[in-house]
Amino acid sequence: MKFLTSSRFSAFVPFLLAAVVLFVLAPGILSDFRLNLLARYLCFAIVAVGIGLAWGSGGMLTLGQGVFFGLGAYAMGLHMKLDDAGPGRAPDYMPPTTDWLPGWIEMFRSGPITIAAIVLLPAAVALVLGLATFKRKVRGAYFAILSQALAAAFALLIIVLGSQSGNYTNGTNGLSNFRSFFGYDLNDPVNQRMLFYLAAGFLLVMVFIARQLRNSRYGELLRACQSSEERVRFLGYDPANVKVVAYVIAAAMAGIGGALFVPIVGIITPMDVGVAPSIAMLIGVAIGGRGTLWGPVIGAVGVAWAQSTLSEQFPAFWTYVQGALFIVVIAFLPGGLASLGSVIRNARGWWDDKRGRPAEPPVAVTDDLKTDVGSRV
Amino acid sequence: MDVVVSQIFTGLSIGSILLLAAIGLALTFGQMGVINMAHGEFIMAGGYTAFVVQGLFENAGVGLLLSIPVAFLVGGLLGVILEMTLLRRMYHRPLDTLLVTYGVSLILQQLAKTIFGTQGKSVETPTWLQGPIELFGFDFPKTRVFVLVLAVVTVVGLSMLLKATSLGRRIRATVQNRQLAECSGISTRSTDRLTFFVGSGLAGIAGVALTQLAPVNASVGQAYIINAFLVVVVGGIGQIKGAVIAAFVLGIGQAALEKIYDASLARILIFVAIVLFLQLRPQGIFNVRTRSLA
Repeated sequence: MKFLTSSRFSAFVPFLLAAVVLFVLAPGILSDFRLNLLARYLCFAIVAVGIGLAWGSGGMLTLGQGVFFGLGAYAMGLHMKLDDAGPGRAPDYMPPTTDWLPGWIEMFRSGPITIAAIVLLPAAVALVLGLATFKRKVRGAYFAILSQALAAAFALLIIVLGSQSGNYTNGTNGLSNFRSFFGYDLNDPVNQRMLFYLAAGFLLVMVFIARQLRNSRYGELLRACQSSEERVRFLGYDPANVKVVAYVIAAAMAGIGGALFVPIVGIITPMDVGVAPSIAMLIGVAIGGRGTLWGPVIGAVGVAWAQSTLSEQFPAFWTYVQGALFIVVIAFLPGGLASLGSVIRNARGWWDDKRGRPAEPPVAVTDDLKTDVGSRV
Repeated sequence: MDVVVSQIFTGLSIGSILLLAAIGLALTFGQMGVINMAHGEFIMAGGYTAFVVQGLFENAGVGLLLSIPVAFLVGGLLGVILEMTLLRRMYHRPLDTLLVTYGVSLILQQLAKTIFGTQGKSVETPTWLQGPIELFGFDFPKTRVFVLVLAVVTVVGLSMLLKATSLGRRIRATVQNRQLAECSGISTRSTDRLTFFVGSGLAGIAGVALTQLAPVNASVGQAYIINAFLVVVVGGIGQIKGAVIAAFVLGIGQAALEKIYDASLARILIFVAIVLFLQLRPQGIFNVRTRSLA
């Protein structure tokens, strides 16, 4: 019995619970259609785990996760289109006369290269941008703006690559009409179910990786960088290296989320990877609690669910809801729903104070969310 | 030669719009560290103000000229409302202001779509702004000259305000050292609010200028906000001259690259150039010296 109450075991209780929900409960009660929707939400949850690491723990407000999501998604999408076309032939959206493809497209014909690219491409882009900014102490708002500009440039690049004679990315129409996923027929409901299990499995693995990182010495350093980079530097560490690692891991996770998104949803367009979708990926993380392990996952699934439920019927109304969520959550509940308990305790303490009762010591909610932009002004 | 001159001129007019949009941002970001994503929607509000005001007058020219101060007021009031309701409680976490103001910008955009529709509204160009004007042997569109002049007048006006008035002195003192300014008896609270009013008002003027180049629609702010922020990043904060140089360099660069490649590729190349530039000068072209670490 001692085993059950030991801290090593209790740390894995949430994983067990999540596994039961995802692998037993959800497939048992949801229809194939609903399960496919849930699988789509899980893709965003995978992205959210990475954002939680970079933004929640490391304090890097990354507004360009759509870029990494898109790199993973387009790598997978190109592979599936090339696979559908058959060996030596061009995908159906390209001009029928196409008899030659450039090497950087041709390489996605290979499954192993595609799988490697899904992780390595986003990681490489994040590494370059991360080193270029953090090493030069460009951070805070400057980094946020640059990451956003990257998202804008990337969406344009996809469109440019599709508008030229080769039509490599099918421009604004995006990639769609996939028939198979590594040889499995996508119209078969059994295979759709497998995709759900795949997304659920990847999500649990990503959360586990994030947990191990957060609980390690590295996690301590990352949080220290968020609180005060200068102190980390005085202690002899290079904050740039610490931050780049988290940023690269977050990018790779976004790439994996994007790669799973394509076979599950069946389409990827530049609209899914630009500035607006990139920022939208943050709101779930903020609602769930950016500094927590499971908060981003639950928040991302919740927001994706609300969006697909509301925006289908009232698209304008969803925009208002999204805007209001950003305002209310970030301004008034910066710790997310995970901090609701301590916020209420605080409020109660204030109430008790007024009535002359001894108050509980106040719990700091926003302290660890401070950034040091102010100090450079 | 003709192509070079006309491209430089196009660049100058892109730059003057960027400048009008960015200078308000540089002010508020430099002083308070606030990143106002709704600034783009203040530009949009300025544009719609021009549309509404012009509708009230028979004479398109009177309407357009009158809409400049009205748009300044509209933008400024929107900014002050935003500052007083939301931003003032968030000065201790400036990065979060970006997301909060993004929420505000989503709501303002959707409101504009609901009120004015998704179709762009065109603001009439008065007869005295139609056609080209001949300068130094070249023909320039009068509307673009108008935008350029408007930007120059605004910047000169702003630098006079900062240099010669007591509000300007208070703003400069607050930017340089907030605590010391407070110790000297400056109410930084009211200075912050006034800075926000002026900075957001300038966005309104930018909106009026934009209507002379293209119809105003709900997403016009989105189109300019990122580039305006890049101008602030490149120009450095706290000083106007950085923003002026950065805006015109980016404008001319954009125009030149658009001529050689195309508009999308030009923006990608400019992004790469900015990242490279920040390797040399991570603080931007100019920066106010502070004694804080960083």
